[in-house]
Amino acid sequence: MSNMLEVADLGHTYGDHEAIGGLTFTVRAGELVCVVGPSGCGKSTLLRTISGLVAPSRGDVSLNGSHLAVVFQDYSRSLFPWLSVQGNVEFPLRGLPRAERRARAAEALEWVGLGAAARKRPWQLSGGMQQRVAIARALAYRPSLLLMDEPFASVDAQTRFELEDLLLRVRREHDTTVLVVTHDIDESVYLGDRILVLSGSPARLVADLEVPLPAERNQVTTRTDEGFVALRSKVARLLNVGKPSMDMEKWAAAERESLSETVSS
Amino acid sequence: MTKFLQRWTVFAGLVVVWQVLGWLADDPFFPPPSLIVSAAWEWWVLEPSNFFDHVVPSVERLLGGWAIASLIGVSLGLALGRSDRAMEYAGPLLVFLRSIPPPALVPVFLLLFRGGTSMQLATIVFGVIWPVLLNSVDGARSVDVTKVDTSAVFQIPRWQWVLGVVLPAASPKIFAGLRVSLSLSLVLMVISELVGTDNGIGSQLMQAQREFDYTRMWAGIVLLGVLGYGLNTALLAVERRVLAWQPRSRDEQHA
Ligand SMILES: Nc1ncnc2c1ncn2[C@@H]1O[C@H](COP(=O)(O)OP(=O)(O)OP(=O)(O)O)[C@@H](O)[C@H]1O
Ligand SMILES: [Mg+2]
Repeated sequence: MSNMLEVADLGHTYGDHEAIGGLTFTVRAGELVCVVGPSGCGKSTLLRTISGLVAPSRGDVSLNGSHLAVVFQDYSRSLFPWLSVQGNVEFPLRGLPRAERRARAAEALEWVGLGAAARKRPWQLSGGMQQRVAIARALAYRPSLLLMDEPFASVDAQTRFELEDLLLRVRREHDTTVLVVTHDIDESVYLGDRILVLSGSPARLVADLEVPLPAERNQVTTRTDEGFVALRSKVARLLNVGKPSMDMEKWAAAERESLSETVSS
Repeated sequence: MTKFLQRWTVFAGLVVVWQVLGWLADDPFFPPPSLIVSAAWEWWVLEPSNFFDHVVPSVERLLGGWAIASLIGVSLGLALGRSDRAMEYAGPLLVFLRSIPPPALVPVFLLLFRGGTSMQLATIVFGVIWPVLLNSVDGARSVDVTKVDTSAVFQIPRWQWVLGVVLPAASPKIFAGLRVSLSLSLVLMVISELVGTDNGIGSQLMQAQREFDYTRMWAGIVLLGVLGYGLNTALLAVERRVLAWQPRSRDEQHA
């Protein structure tokens, strides 16, 4: 399988705050890769460098194909209130003939189950529906790589499950390569073919895990599957969830440092 | 309908009071509305040449000046608003130019253009461009970062960025500027016609005053009021149509 995305020693520093510290990984064509990491570790920054919105301080991003779509964390703000839902989905397709634009948008809206809302304004829809519009827009663009930044973080649990399954369905039907950022461990295991676990600030790659689950997922059975449960605990351990280790480690490091200083002097 | 009545009762009441007071006082300085209306009738309707030689040119100047100012103001404003660098350079200059009271420039324009329509247009344009320009700058700056990022990621062409994102995002602010400018245009139209010209509503006002024809003077003033009201109403109607996309009330807005 060919690589859709290659990230080599990618690092980014805001002023004197190091947000990402040297990430290297690849995403193969057709794969769905989840990125998990603690809040504020630099996940959005990673997506912004991959999508070219920020030039990274160091390292390389090479993308196989030029079409890239992003579903932003702030999805409701990424929709244009002066355009109808249909207009929003057509927004990235201006270069195409009108008829094709129409057809593609209508098709994408069908995929996300919003065919009936095409003429409404985005602000007339619920949060979950707005998120589906953002997803439809990204899909209508037929991106070689779809980047999603915590796409389901601000919708209720029911909608979230529906949207997760929607994503799995459309990406299987259209063979889209997807990179999803999330801070939800369960979600990463449920969605992903692979999981990239990042450490806290600055973000470094802690683990690159294959998800040993069948391609076909189910909200009830998959989540109780042994492989799912095992992998979830593994990711949780890697993220140090439930251990007061962060402060302890810092404390220990400081202690070691002061010790070595005493020794060397 | 009740709303309409509510809005106009006070107005109509005042007119009636004025009419009665005007009769009682019988003062040539303050003629009652009935006399003003009949003067207006005689002046502009019974003599259409007066209407076409004075009122029409005035309205043309007003709208022409306002349109030119709006066009320059919006395009320049959007360009400046999207470039911090340009704004750093142009900012102080704009503040300085805006601080000059436009009527003070009438003599300058009078010399430059030797009177006539171009001098009046220049006065109006210079006077009314600022609200549009500064509001457009503000509006263009207010484009939400997520929308900027979305546009960048989808690599939309430049015209779509300007006309499809920046312009609509700035349009509520732009309309606020356009409304202020329109009322200012009326003011500056009159001022620019007070000197150096012998046609237009402003010059007719001056002439009526010089000839102690106060009823006509009042007719001119009322005409200006009607004109201002009509133009503002028309612009509001356009604004409501163009900005119909705005979420209207909180409860209509889910997110
Ligand atoms: N434009 C910026 N300027 C300076 N610092 C920034 C900027 N954007 C982000 N940061 C900092 O970089 C770090 C990483 O931010 P980022 O938004 O990438 O984190 P994140 O993992 O997406 O967080 P979350 O899970 O809350 O979305 C944070 O500490 C943040 O304060
Ligand atoms: Mg983020």
